[in-house]
Amino acid sequence: MKIYAALSAVTLAVLVATTSYAVEPDEMLADPALEERARIISQDLKCVVCQNETIDESNASLAQDMRRLVRQRVLAGDSNQAVLDYMVDRYGDFVLLRPRVTGQTVLLWFGPFALLLLGGLIVARYIRRPSITTVQALTPEELAEVEALTKDSNTRNDS
Amino acid sequence: MSEGTSKPSSGRLTAIAPIIIVLLLVAVFAKRLIDVQDGLDPNQVKSVLLDTPVPDIDLPPLPERGPGLATENLKGEVTLVNIWGSWCVACLSEHPLLMEVAAENTIPLHGIAWRDEPQASLRWLARNGDPFDLIGQDPFSEAAIAFGVTGAPETFVVDSAGVIRYKHVGPITMTDWTETIAPLVEQLRQ
Amino acid sequence: MNPEIGHYALALALPVALVQAFVPLIGATRRDAALMAVAGPAALLQMLLIGTAFAALTQAFIASDFSVMNVYQNSHTAKPLLYKISGVWGNHEGSLLLWVAILAVFGAAVAAFGAALPDRLKARALAVQGMIGAGFLAFILFTSNPFLRVDPTPAQGLGLNPLLQDPGLAFHPPMLYLGYVGFSMAFSFAVAALLEGRVDAAWARWVRPWTLAAWSFLTVGIGLGSWWAYYELGWGGWWFWDPVENASFIPWLTGTALLHSAIVVEKREALKSWTILLAIITFSLSLLGTFLVRSGILTSVHAFASDPTRGVFVLVLLAIAVGGSLTLYAIKAPKLEPGGLFSPLSRESGLLLNNLFLATAAATVLLGTLYPLIAEALELGTLSVGAPYFNTVFVPLMVPLVLLMGIGPMMAWKRSDLAGVLGRLKGALVGVVVVFGIALALSGVDIIDIAGSAGIALAAWLFFASLTEWAGRVRLFKSSPADLWKRVSSLPRASHGMTIAHLGMAVLIVGVSGSSAWKQENILTMGAGETVTVAGFDVTFDGAELIRGPNYESVQGTFSATRGGGKAVTLKPERRVYDQPVQQTTEAAIHTTFWADLYIVLGDGPADTGRYVVRAYFEPFVPFLWYGILMMGFGGLVSLSDRRHRIGAPRKAAAIAEPIKA
Repeated sequence: MKIYAALSAVTLAVLVATTSYAVEPDEMLADPALEERARIISQDLKCVVCQNETIDESNASLAQDMRRLVRQRVLAGDSNQAVLDYMVDRYGDFVLLRPRVTGQTVLLWFGPFALLLLGGLIVARYIRRPSITTVQALTPEELAEVEALTKDSNTRNDS
Repeated sequence: MSEGTSKPSSGRLTAIAPIIIVLLLVAVFAKRLIDVQDGLDPNQVKSVLLDTPVPDIDLPPLPERGPGLATENLKGEVTLVNIWGSWCVACLSEHPLLMEVAAENTIPLHGIAWRDEPQASLRWLARNGDPFDLIGQDPFSEAAIAFGVTGAPETFVVDSAGVIRYKHVGPITMTDWTETIAPLVEQLRQ
Repeated sequence: MNPEIGHYALALALPVALVQAFVPLIGATRRDAALMAVAGPAALLQMLLIGTAFAALTQAFIASDFSVMNVYQNSHTAKPLLYKISGVWGNHEGSLLLWVAILAVFGAAVAAFGAALPDRLKARALAVQGMIGAGFLAFILFTSNPFLRVDPTPAQGLGLNPLLQDPGLAFHPPMLYLGYVGFSMAFSFAVAALLEGRVDAAWARWVRPWTLAAWSFLTVGIGLGSWWAYYELGWGGWWFWDPVENASFIPWLTGTALLHSAIVVEKREALKSWTILLAIITFSLSLLGTFLVRSGILTSVHAFASDPTRGVFVLVLLAIAVGGSLTLYAIKAPKLEPGGLFSPLSRESGLLLNNLFLATAAATVLLGTLYPLIAEALELGTLSVGAPYFNTVFVPLMVPLVLLMGIGPMMAWKRSDLAGVLGRLKGALVGVVVVFGIALALSGVDIIDIAGSAGIALAAWLFFASLTEWAGRVRLFKSSPADLWKRVSSLPRASHGMTIAHLGMAVLIVGVSGSSAWKQENILTMGAGETVTVAGFDVTFDGAELIRGPNYESVQGTFSATRGGGKAVTLKPERRVYDQPVQQTTEAAIHTTFWADLYIVLGDGPADTGRYVVRAYFEPFVPFLWYGILMMGFGGLVSLSDRRHRIGAPRKAAAIAEPIKA
């Protein structure tokens, strides 16, 4: 599972001398509402030195400093989006774990629903297969045959 | 009930679609493998700050070591900014090269002591030599994040207008220096 | 046993696998019984050889034979026996050996117990197994040989990563591989059927038990990994949408789809080419999962170089296996007879929609996982895709699926009466409303409370609807106790299995929704004697002490927790430093009630103050995740024990099966 991410975190811990563990008590903002916002923002930001970890859960030092910066911006009155933009200006879209909807990510965001729609159409076509054959009018001989068959099966079912 | 007998051509299309998707994916993987073998680190990002002005910084100096490092120090001539720390093992491997660059004394080389105890930074410089002109302390990664740094060492080439023109991630090797950085500095000077 | 014997056996297994791959195949084409008969003995010999190799490596690990490079790099004399053994597959080379060993056992099982199989199908299926085996053996022998020696012999090994020294993770890889490799059987049967140009109910009956077994193992395997991440990594989370997790989850999704579409083939001979495609895709995705993490393509750890030859080898193997089978599919699938017809309102349609949602979900997870690669290849820039994306897109795909899961099992084959079905589900609907009301009343009316309660209500829908379906089948309220028992015991095991697995899914959804919505977290520094309140628990820190484990040192904290003045429970979270390799791990202390976990992590303290950073989490409904997964795995096994699977399918395709009527 998360082995590889964990391993990389460990490697980093060795690289970046001091270790901390995710959000530390001394980082937290006094105002619970602001702190809650900081947590939410942090969960959308990738720890740029880690695998697939958010800065909120990472124990890398840089992640800690990014968390601190997020809180500074929140305290300074930035909106959530402004804080995210601030990070994107420095690290690019790479830092966002929820990619923005742009030309580059149209496929990512709408691909699944387009696929569902396409699949739905194929399913509908598959289920409606009979109409292809039944739409054609039956010849009199066929009609007679059908009649005979249905009579036959009716009697069998009744028994 | 009868079996449906029609075989629309779309059936053939849906039969071929999977193999096409797989071939495309294989191509993507192959490209990635080649990139990785060419030394591209999947985690490494092109800096979005290329060709933008250096961020606003005003870092305090190390104790008893001249002035700190501020944005205005990065304007007026082509400069190098190196992000390092005494805890950074890889920084040691590029250090002799930085010392050589400093000895030539042709280009200002500034340092940002990233996330380091000031005394530890000073001890490290005393032991290994001090190639830097100005050094600013960055204990809380303010400058590092402003520069979009993802690890140490990283080195930026800043032109005389104070615009970031190049970012080198990881230790600089002799080849990096002679083939990429030195020619770029030369070119920016003209 | 000498490692060279293992090495020799492994090298010998490759030509045997090649013989198994090609001789029976030629035999099947020429209808030569003698050539086809080679398949069985070859498969048995393969098991013997690979079994020998596996035993030799295990022996080297148990005996701490550090002259073997693999043992030197991944083991240590001071390690407990269990982790010496699990160290065999706790590394790249050894895990591949485990993979082929399981493959060989499964192949031998087909050879030994597949007497009822049509000869040509059996020969071809075993041949495909031989090809897979040959590919893996070549990969092991040429790029990842576990038997290489070191000279001179080191006195001590480097040790196993302490994160992997854990019971949950010791059994996680074997379970996953049992799942992946089980899907290889479905794959082999699918390719064999394509070569044969014939898919019928009998084929589906052969494929289903393998798929069921594989699915059950994979379910439990993923569950074990998630459980491990939950208690070992100390984040209090259980799913991170990490590429490595996704790699096992994607085949689970398509495997679940396969499990259901194979029923349609078995009962109604419809959806044949789709089922074949799913069998191919599911195993292909298993291969992708096995390899993505090893090739350096996706999760190349910062600053580590991966072996490029492995990556190339992997890609070539993948291209041959997946490309070959899908090319065959493209040629043969359009020629398969189209199956029986059914109305838009029927069990078949329900299962088809199930497949649509599961396949889309799988494609979505795959897309999200690979998108950074795709974007880079198309030069759309560097971007990341993480948990927020997956949660946003995945949930809307799952909700309709779960709604459908309540209705589908009650629909009749061919043509069903939706109004009648919904009428029978009135009671379940009432139950859903009641549960939703209770959940809201107990939690609150914030957005997050409503979302959490809606998740619980969704689970209630599935739970009550599944029970209604089961009750209807056994006529729970309409028969005498003796009669009821007769009905319960005469109902096919597969039906019981389905009900248990669907109930398990409902329980799992309670866990997912509840823990996502109402997790509580308290991060603070504590000194001895201080108390913090978390979700009604009064948690007192009694102090911390240094203790010595078998191969680690640990700071162990002691906490006592009480709720409402009840009896105190003691929690002892640790922060360990292992001797070899020197590495720090966090051992969370978890107090489990039936409904929730109290989860405490001990962090570092400010130096010399006697105070520690403490993370106390209240994790509501997390135990339901594990109950749900166990129920799903158990349901799969109950279904597997169905008489029809045990006595084997009749050689002739059964006539279109009648819907089961009482």
